Amino acid sequence: MNALLHPEAGASVASGAAHARREAWRRALYRMRQSSLSMLGLALVVLLLVLAATGHWIAPFPDHITGSIDTAMRFKPPSWKNWMGTNELGQDVLSLVLGGARISLFAGLAVVLLAAAVGTVVGALAGYLGGWTDEVLMRLADLKLTLPGLILAMAVAAALGAGTVNMVIAISLGWWPGFARLVRGEVLGKREEVYVLAARALGAGPVRIMWRHILPNIVSPVIVKMSLDVGFAVLTVASLGFVGIGVKPPTPEWGQMLSTARGFLPDYWWAAIFPGGAIFLAVLSFNLLGDGLRDVLDPRSRR
Amino acid sequence: MPLLHIRNLHLAMRSFEGEAHVLNGVELQVDKGEVWGLAGETGCGKSVTGLSVSRLVATPPARYMQGQILFDGQDVLAMDEAAMRPLRGRAISMIFQDPSTNLNPVLRVGDQIADVAYEIGRHAPEVLGLTAQAGSAERKRAARQLGVQMLERVGIADAARRANDYPHQFSGGMRQRVLIAMALVGQPRLLIADEPTTALDVTLQAQILQLLADLVKRSDTAVLMITHNLGVVAQICSHVAVMYAGHVVESGRTREVLHAPRHPYTRALLAALPRPGLARGQLANLPGRVPDLIHPPPGCRFAPRCARATSLCEKETPASVAVSDKHRVACVHLDAEAHP
Repeated sequence: MNALLHPEAGASVASGAAHARREAWRRALYRMRQSSLSMLGLALVVLLLVLAATGHWIAPFPDHITGSIDTAMRFKPPSWKNWMGTNELGQDVLSLVLGGARISLFAGLAVVLLAAAVGTVVGALAGYLGGWTDEVLMRLADLKLTLPGLILAMAVAAALGAGTVNMVIAISLGWWPGFARLVRGEVLGKREEVYVLAARALGAGPVRIMWRHILPNIVSPVIVKMSLDVGFAVLTVASLGFVGIGVKPPTPEWGQMLSTARGFLPDYWWAAIFPGGAIFLAVLSFNLLGDGLRDVLDPRSRR
Repeated sequence: MPLLHIRNLHLAMRSFEGEAHVLNGVELQVDKGEVWGLAGETGCGKSVTGLSVSRLVATPPARYMQGQILFDGQDVLAMDEAAMRPLRGRAISMIFQDPSTNLNPVLRVGDQIADVAYEIGRHAPEVLGLTAQAGSAERKRAARQLGVQMLERVGIADAARRANDYPHQFSGGMRQRVLIAMALVGQPRLLIADEPTTALDVTLQAQILQLLADLVKRSDTAVLMITHNLGVVAQICSHVAVMYAGHVVESGRTREVLHAPRHPYTRALLAALPRPGLARGQLANLPGRVPDLIHPPPGCRFAPRCARATSLCEKETPASVAVSDKHRVACVHLDAEAHP
């Protein structure tokens, strides 16, 4: 009936929602800009992601990324031709660092996404259903937490065999309990909110309560943890590469580059310093971004 | 058949100290179109009674020991969650106390009310003006529109635009209006309002109460208004039930109960109402405190605080006696009082 009277009502409702959404984003960006360190983190993360995405095209020696070597050029120090020098196979270190960014960053992101997805599902089920489900799922998570993450990842990666996907799975396997615990705790808190009771009183079922009322209210801490965890996931990927599990050579990977170059320290320092610096920069920038996001998303820590 | 008939409802709540007998034989009968006030002190079981009707009391820690809650002749205590869900929001609706915690802070107001309408439309498409064949996209659109219409009806200006706002952009009174709109979107037959105006300013209380009274009168909805404010009861309730320690001590038409109270507790409650004309220091209070529900006193639970209590009161729990058509009182001293 109302539609006949106001045929334009539906359209204005939709555009109003879009406007409100833009407004919310602008507000978040404004708050983020208040802290120069988190803006630096955001800028670095964006830069790293762009480099990782375009590395194969902008590298000065793209063929080195795919494994070709140049024995005449072994261990040349940094110069205008090779900004970061060359390694023991005569490969351009800058090209390898750029090529390795793709593996390291995207594997790190994939680990966190996978772990957050699994952890959220497990934590939400445990927190909402409680009782036996909670006990079983959380004891399983505790069991995972008793094993050192890196050892578990090494064992699983070794069992599954080399390859990026296997490595991501291996690391995620030890990573989800952290998310599960976080989400469970948050769900337990939100489950008791009055608006959840009110929604139930007006006929909402468990699925709607989870999706519309509980999960949207707990995304902030999950996003903050995700952004902080990416740095550590990158570090773990590099660690696996360092001990020789994970990505198969000749695919360049920061940890594995560092591991090889370690044997030629301190004389040929550039072959180790630059991949190491890349790992450092990636971890630092994701941590800065995570801290900034926490300030934006968590009203309690707002200064 | 009454719309809602609570019969001898007993409920115990498990706690560290032991099992508390929170409801102790609640009797209540609500007919279509009646507005009942459920009055009493904090902790007397008003809210638990209200939540029980919608089956929203978690069991455990609560345990229903005895009694029935007949809604339309069906015992809701015997129903499971799946059977209960189509009733909620549609047949039995609720409004809670504090409007600042009742709305989901991260969902737009329009989405929240549309969600309720959508869910109700699944079981009752006629509420949305649709037939059973309507698809979910169609239902979504109709739910959205009905939501905006309801917001208009509860007096939200520029409702179509305000529907895109978040709850924090609304004032307390506006939020309570939104909650009323949400509760009434399914055209419920029974509305349970748990202290709907307690968190509001006095001037707003009257507005909201008036709005609520108008809306339910138009749709013939029965109301169970839970309150500790007898002023609210006098304003909008046609009937009132006074509860003490999990028991309805007096019930009947508001006029009869408030003008000619028969139970000592009702009298004490009325005497404790502050009035502007009262001299400083003259406000009566009721000595003593609500009894320990884990170890309730024997006999009448009000006896330890009652001025008229005799040894008889501690012997037996007084039965509820009809003193006139609908007026019922649970006190052993009724006869003595009727013929002083």
